[in-house]
Amino acid sequence: MAVIKTENLTYTYSIGTPFEKTAVDSVNLDIEEGEFVGIIGHTGSGKSTLIQHLNGLVKPTSGKVIIDGDDIWSKDVKIRDIRFKVGLVFQYPEYQIFEETVYKDIAFGPKNMGLPDDEIDRRIRETAELVGLHKENLDKSPFELSGGQKRRVAIAGVMAMEPKVLILDEPTAGLDPKGRDKILGQIKEYQRQKKSTVLLVSHSMEDVAKFADKILVMNKARVFCYEDTPEVFKRAEELTEIGLAVPQITRVFNRLKQSGIDIRTDVYTTEFAKKTILEYLEKRGESHA
Amino acid sequence: MLKDITIGQYFPGKSVVHKLDPRFKIIITGIFIAMLFSADSFTALVVGIVFLIVSFLLSKIPFKLMLKSLKPIIPIIIFTSVLNIFFLDGVVLFKLGFLKVTYEGLRTSAFMIIRIIALIMGSSLLTYTTSPITLTDAIERLLSPLKKIKLPVHELAMMMTIALRFIPTLIEETDKIMSAQKARGADMESGSLLQRAKALTPILIPLFVSAFRRAEELAVAMECRCYQGGDGRTRLRQLKSTGGDYFALGLSIVFLDIVLLINCMTG
Repeated sequence: MAVIKTENLTYTYSIGTPFEKTAVDSVNLDIEEGEFVGIIGHTGSGKSTLIQHLNGLVKPTSGKVIIDGDDIWSKDVKIRDIRFKVGLVFQYPEYQIFEETVYKDIAFGPKNMGLPDDEIDRRIRETAELVGLHKENLDKSPFELSGGQKRRVAIAGVMAMEPKVLILDEPTAGLDPKGRDKILGQIKEYQRQKKSTVLLVSHSMEDVAKFADKILVMNKARVFCYEDTPEVFKRAEELTEIGLAVPQITRVFNRLKQSGIDIRTDVYTTEFAKKTILEYLEKRGESHA
Repeated sequence: MLKDITIGQYFPGKSVVHKLDPRFKIIITGIFIAMLFSADSFTALVVGIVFLIVSFLLSKIPFKLMLKSLKPIIPIIIFTSVLNIFFLDGVVLFKLGFLKVTYEGLRTSAFMIIRIIALIMGSSLLTYTTSPITLTDAIERLLSPLKKIKLPVHELAMMMTIALRFIPTLIEETDKIMSAQKARGADMESGSLLQRAKALTPILIPLFVSAFRRAEELAVAMECRCYQGGDGRTRLRQLKSTGGDYFALGLSIVFLDIVLLINCMTG
């Protein structure tokens, strides 16, 4: 069963004023449990507004959001419970940190859920380890930590609620390449351990290509396509047309194809690229021989 | 949402009133207030109101907007008029239990209501037709003689400008932080007053932290551009007064004179 389902989801800003703008336009989605979905699109394509619908922070103008089979805006659903089910990590989440210690800040979400103390403690220690926070940091003030460490604290704060669905809005914005790969790897690890569903909003095609099973492309408030990762990158030309870049490695293969080399173009990770090139060379070697 | 709050209610336009030199607009508003408060008969008050209506028509501000500016003062209007109606001595018109309504009471309260409404509308007209930035600019210029007595006029105006500039930014920031904490299950809508006050901590602390961060960034950016206060500073927008400005000022003084004249004649 789909864990997230939207039916004709539409959201319009400032209705009735000259600033009226449809940010999300009749979006129909089915996201299955356990999937790792990458969401890409331009700034202003409606990604952020869309994900804020999924945990009930924004009420749709029309259409439905169905989480785990429940319409979240029907009367008998408590919106707060939905927020524990669908954890949302905002962009630059370190700006939401407020507690005296890292430990207490991670505890904020689980405490709001009303969990017993020992369960909260277990979750804090587990997620802290998962996101690579040292034990001695737990008693420090979060404001003493570096930017990257703060980001980890904030992500751990949502992960500790152990939501069924974890949504992250550009979790790697402003981090150095090493920190980026590390955090994304940890998110993947979290998904594997908890068998949860992860939605990752990102600008970086490389990141999405590396981690996502499926990709949702948003363009001008609508769903441009929602398919398995290889299928999406096969449409490199269309993606370029709407102003999105495909991973560099995919571009290389597209160019090779254009220059007359008979090679597949659904390549989007370096490993797979290596394999493809080797295969191609082998094949060519054979036909030459 | 928080975003819908408008602060600084500037309504862009190209009318004569919009184009007036903001310094003159502030002085004229002062003169208008003087008209309202020196008027002690209805006839005199009408003169002030005619002045308001003329400026309003010239400004091309929608009437609805003007009404909106009155909304926050409705309680004050009701309060003062009730006090005046019931507690002024004079010719009793009729009685409601122990309360008596007098002719003088009705008259005074009607006078007060008109005066307050005109006052608010007049000053709203100033803020509707002048952007907050030009307004602070004009205030700085008007106050500049006070520099002689060592009042840091430029610094005060700069502080006002910066504060105005950051209001929308901080509102947006608050919105974001609220959403982020709600996503972590923060409950701000239920509970006792104390609980709700406590629930504000997760919002206020990050907001303060970010306000300080922004202030520091801004200070560094200003220093990088060698900002060092008002001395020898030139301006992008020069305030230039034209004949029209003096005409408007003269007109408002004529109106004030008429009011004073009527006062003499009736009083």
